[in-house]
Amino acid sequence: MTTTTRFTTERRPLLARVGRGLRTPGGAIFVLLAILLVGLFLYNPSLGDPGQFMRFLGRTAPILIVALGQYFVIVSGEIDLSMAAIIAAQVVLAGNLIGQDASRILPVVLLMALLALVVGLLNGVLTTLFRVPSFIATLGTALVVSGITFYATGGAPSGNPVDSFREIGRGGIDKVPVFGFVPYSTIVLAVLVVLALVLMRRPFGRMLLAVGDNARMTALAGASVWWLRTRAFILSAFASTIAAIVLVGYAGVSPVVGQGYQFIAITAVILGGVVLGGGRGWVLSAIAAAFALEVLFSLLDFIGVQSTWRPAVQGVIILVALGVPLLRFTRRRSQTLRSNRPNK
Amino acid sequence: MNGRTAAVRRTLGSTTATVYAIFVVVAIAGAILAATAGSAFFTEGNLESLLTATTVLGLVAIGQTLVVLLGSLDLSVPFVVSLSSVLAAGVMLGSADNLVAGILTAVVASTLIGLVNGLLVGLVKINGFIATLGIGLIVSGYLFTNYQGSTGQASPQLVAFGGLTLGFVPVTTILMFACLAIVMVLLTRTRTGMHVFAVGGDPEVARMSGVRNAVPVIVAHALSGLFAGLAGLVVVARLGVGSPQVGSQGGYDLLSIAAVVLGGAVLAGGRGSLWGSLGGILIFATIDSILGILQVNPYLKDVVRGVIIIVAVAVYARRSVPRRPARFGGGAR
Repeated sequence: MTTTTRFTTERRPLLARVGRGLRTPGGAIFVLLAILLVGLFLYNPSLGDPGQFMRFLGRTAPILIVALGQYFVIVSGEIDLSMAAIIAAQVVLAGNLIGQDASRILPVVLLMALLALVVGLLNGVLTTLFRVPSFIATLGTALVVSGITFYATGGAPSGNPVDSFREIGRGGIDKVPVFGFVPYSTIVLAVLVVLALVLMRRPFGRMLLAVGDNARMTALAGASVWWLRTRAFILSAFASTIAAIVLVGYAGVSPVVGQGYQFIAITAVILGGVVLGGGRGWVLSAIAAAFALEVLFSLLDFIGVQSTWRPAVQGVIILVALGVPLLRFTRRRSQTLRSNRPNK
Repeated sequence: MNGRTAAVRRTLGSTTATVYAIFVVVAIAGAILAATAGSAFFTEGNLESLLTATTVLGLVAIGQTLVVLLGSLDLSVPFVVSLSSVLAAGVMLGSADNLVAGILTAVVASTLIGLVNGLLVGLVKINGFIATLGIGLIVSGYLFTNYQGSTGQASPQLVAFGGLTLGFVPVTTILMFACLAIVMVLLTRTRTGMHVFAVGGDPEVARMSGVRNAVPVIVAHALSGLFAGLAGLVVVARLGVGSPQVGSQGGYDLLSIAAVVLGGAVLAGGRGSLWGSLGGILIFATIDSILGILQVNPYLKDVVRGVIIIVAVAVYARRSVPRRPARFGGGAR
């Protein structure tokens, strides 16, 4: 181990910084993703074709977008359990209100945005101003939203939006150089990821991290804690809505669309090294972790593992990803303690 | 102010009292609503179905209360309930001879899963939410891979036991109350019980006071598994078969947590009571029963539940004064 001065202003060489970064949980996920991708290409060489790979990326877009939304909430120190309910509500809303009339797309999408704003605001205000723990508050709004959705549909798939709306999830741009085919969902994903990266570098993102790290300190520093966290919830609701718009394209209209998404998203965010309780974690790591999970699931499909084992795999990953670093940390700490003990 | 009036005032002002006040209001409102709809609420049949609905969720919530008191959560309970039901029914296979073997298998497996949860949370120190979510997912993967639909069959004695009633009170409900009483003694009269409150209130202070923090955590999680397993047995006794989806369909994870919180427990740990949790479940069951009598669409039940959870917890959260039982001398301030 090299010894460095603690407060040096000099930056280390790029390679050393990257190397150090890869050893953190948020960096290790990129290594894991690379390994999984190599495995995927070996089992299914056709995915090595850029066009096919873009399609694959497009299919995973909804879950990646949901993970993106969950990232904002988790990094601010809260949790959002209402995402699946919002996705289902939005899918049903789009399916039934747009119908076969393309001219209704814009007003309905605006309505969906309004719904997202209301639910996000509600989650945020309940959590911050009414001091209901976010676990309970978002669980409550989820029950209300999904109850209404199921009531409206009777629990059965219904409605079918016009094809031009479904194109967002299904279609893409043909004849792009290098890639050949680029699905719209991939483009939506790319735009959102860039926006999220920029947002986390802006004062809002910095403050969000600060709130997650130490809400009291941030409040004393003059920030409006409730409004920061509420905006995180609103962003999460918007992410669910966008995921829903993409999902309508290929998953159809049913009140059960999106079920299980939020727990995969939470898994992904934590796997990406974002600390539950807030204050730490990189948005790109969370996205990479969500993608790694999806790659792993399709890899398991190719190997021939039954899809019913997916949740079990997810469970093992969560436990290993969180357990191993903790065990390592405890061991290291006890060693330090031992070495610091005065000799007798 | 003398000690006794202070104690009375404290009891009346406690969250548990609020919970039961809400319950009474809900029950009276339900009776009135049912009367306007032309049917009675306090009939034996209705009370019996209400108590039946309370039993399974009640058993799960006993364990959940213990875990929440420690500031942890148990999200694996629905899958443990399902696992217990398929294991019990699978071992019994409708034969009277396999009764004990079936019950033992289910209870031991459930307790072991709870124990693993406890070890992960208590020793490896993984966040309770994550650890139990992970274990729950693993169990659900096992369930969905190995069981497609209902399996096995309960032994005749178990089915008979499930149908047994004392007046209008199902015997399984009495069993649930017995479990509640035992755990209450454990919580208030034993060292481990005190440590549950201590560790839940402030783990660091508990540790510095010489409490081994891992012990109550492991015990609470193991008990949570055990009670989820018992809930699974009650399910088998009712349905006559085991089902791999009965737990997740019941939504026992989130509902039991909601009931515990509705009962006045604080998710961060250290505060809450079994009586409160029971009150929370009674409120849920009463509302379900009223909506059933009024023939409200079952999906709207969730809407009502959601609103009640949020409103109740928002009301509790407004009382910022910590209401703890006075420790040194009754109520001297």
